[in-house]
Amino acid sequence: MRPDLELVAKLIQPNSRVLDLGCGAGDLLQHLQQQKSVIGYGLDKDAENIQLCLSRGVNVIEQDLDGGLGNFQDDAFDMVIMTDTIQAVHQPQLLLREMLRVGRECVVTFPNFGHWRCRLNLAATGRMPVSKHLPHRWYDTPNIHLCTFNDFEALCAELKMAILQRRVVDQRHNEHSLINLAPNLLGSYGFYHLGRTP
Amino acid sequence: MSVNAKDSVGIVTPAKFHHPQTFTLQNGDELQGFELVYETYGELNATATNAVLVCHALSGHHHAAGYHADTDSKPGWWDNCIGPGKAMDTNKLFIVSVNNLGGCHGSTGPESVDPATREAFGAEFPQVVVKDWVASQALLADHLNIKHFLAVIGGSLGGMQALQWSIDFPDRVRHVVLIATAPKLTAQNIAFNEIARQAITSDPEYRKGRYRLENTNPDHGLMLARMIGHVTYLSDDGMAARFGRELKSGDIDKDEDVEFQVESYLHHQGRAFTQRFDANTYLLMTRALDYFDPARDTNDNLVATLRNTRARFLVMSFSSDWRFSPERSKEIVDALIAAGKDVAATVIESEHGHDSFLLPISRYTEALSAYLNHAVMHTAEPER
Repeated sequence: MRPDLELVAKLIQPNSRVLDLGCGAGDLLQHLQQQKSVIGYGLDKDAENIQLCLSRGVNVIEQDLDGGLGNFQDDAFDMVIMTDTIQAVHQPQLLLREMLRVGRECVVTFPNFGHWRCRLNLAATGRMPVSKHLPHRWYDTPNIHLCTFNDFEALCAELKMAILQRRVVDQRHNEHSLINLAPNLLGSYGFYHLGRTP
Repeated sequence: MSVNAKDSVGIVTPAKFHHPQTFTLQNGDELQGFELVYETYGELNATATNAVLVCHALSGHHHAAGYHADTDSKPGWWDNCIGPGKAMDTNKLFIVSVNNLGGCHGSTGPESVDPATREAFGAEFPQVVVKDWVASQALLADHLNIKHFLAVIGGSLGGMQALQWSIDFPDRVRHVVLIATAPKLTAQNIAFNEIARQAITSDPEYRKGRYRLENTNPDHGLMLARMIGHVTYLSDDGMAARFGRELKSGDIDKDEDVEFQVESYLHHQGRAFTQRFDANTYLLMTRALDYFDPARDTNDNLVATLRNTRARFLVMSFSSDWRFSPERSKEIVDALIAAGKDVAATVIESEHGHDSFLLPISRYTEALSAYLNHAVMHTAEPER
């Protein structure tokens, strides 16, 4: 399983209700179903991903995140997860708000566009950075809403969401204390555990 | 497709189940016993954990796969999905397909003799509903020593039966596959059924449902009913692609009588239907469709209705199906999620409208296959 998914899995309580937005091939949900007996559902719109989920017994629902989460009730889930997907949705701010309506807490992970490699790349070449986490070119990328950690945290403040935990990893998905000296410069991948503000 | 194809179940012979005791229907009427004609494909395993029930739709019957004779031009109605190596793999599964009570293909129905009057029931055959069908199917399961089905599967009206199974017999079904179906019909949908019924009953040959006794048949009404239904099972784009404005005969410019291809097709479909379907059964089946509304018992709260179900669900719909649209399937999915049930759902891209569920659309059959393969590999998994 991807290292960022392992970080997410650690946050999930046994037997809880989980919604995974952009669940891909269902790796995380299958793990959570087997190891933590969660009642979990994954949303995805990719036919291949859906087929893989079905063959693994994962509760996948074919649904486009850009259509919102209006079909789910308030507080329907203990945790709503969105890994490596927020940069590809049309209205991240609306979706975040929806995530904390249908779920009591949520986890969001995404690549940091403020990482020094991105900055250096742009500064040195004058062209949109292409990296391991962001392998696409500007014209064919599904990543239409890239942001930096600082951008994301500013949005959380604006939406009055509480950042319960932030973890930052380097390109090899390792955490180390050095990164935390200047996360928005040194971290390539961010993991945010968010809650509602009282 | 042929009898000898490797992926065909080959020649099949229908069987009959006789239930001798009185069977009380939902409306309080009683049948003094009944018979169900059914077919099975594949072998029931020693632990009886691989049985799958296939429920048919409005104009369907028990003959879902294979051939009755070498000379049959067409196999059963769901042969695309049932056979060795197919989505419903008869190498692994034991499939039971039954003609519903009230049907016209061998099970007790309007054409059967009423023991009280010693003449055919005709229009006097009691109104059976989806819940009655499910109850009668459960008696057949008892007869076949099937304590629980690995899956109950159906499209359209068949999906309604599968849904009812999950509600009425939560401990007797592990998986439920709902295809192109709805938790209840909309007003528009009931309206189409009523037009079809009026077409039949207003045919002078209908004779208040006693047409068999009077040696006639409401062919014209039944044909119209089928034509109306058929149009609603196709999509605008699908019809445009298949027929366009092609003429079968005549020339508009020469001021001749013309017949469009689509007209010719509908006439043919309608006429063929009168040869294989009974008008009273058509009336009965369309009413069963209209009356289906399992959430009515819980103040129209579908979530509450589904709370006691224990099956896992797969819900599939088709993008161009407007008679049982993807939105209607979504209602079931959302309710299942709200009730905390295991459910997977796909919307298959197709231009063939409601009829899609009978067609060999690769993404559809692959999804069904993947789901059932996982189900059959994990029959021993503990229940929640």
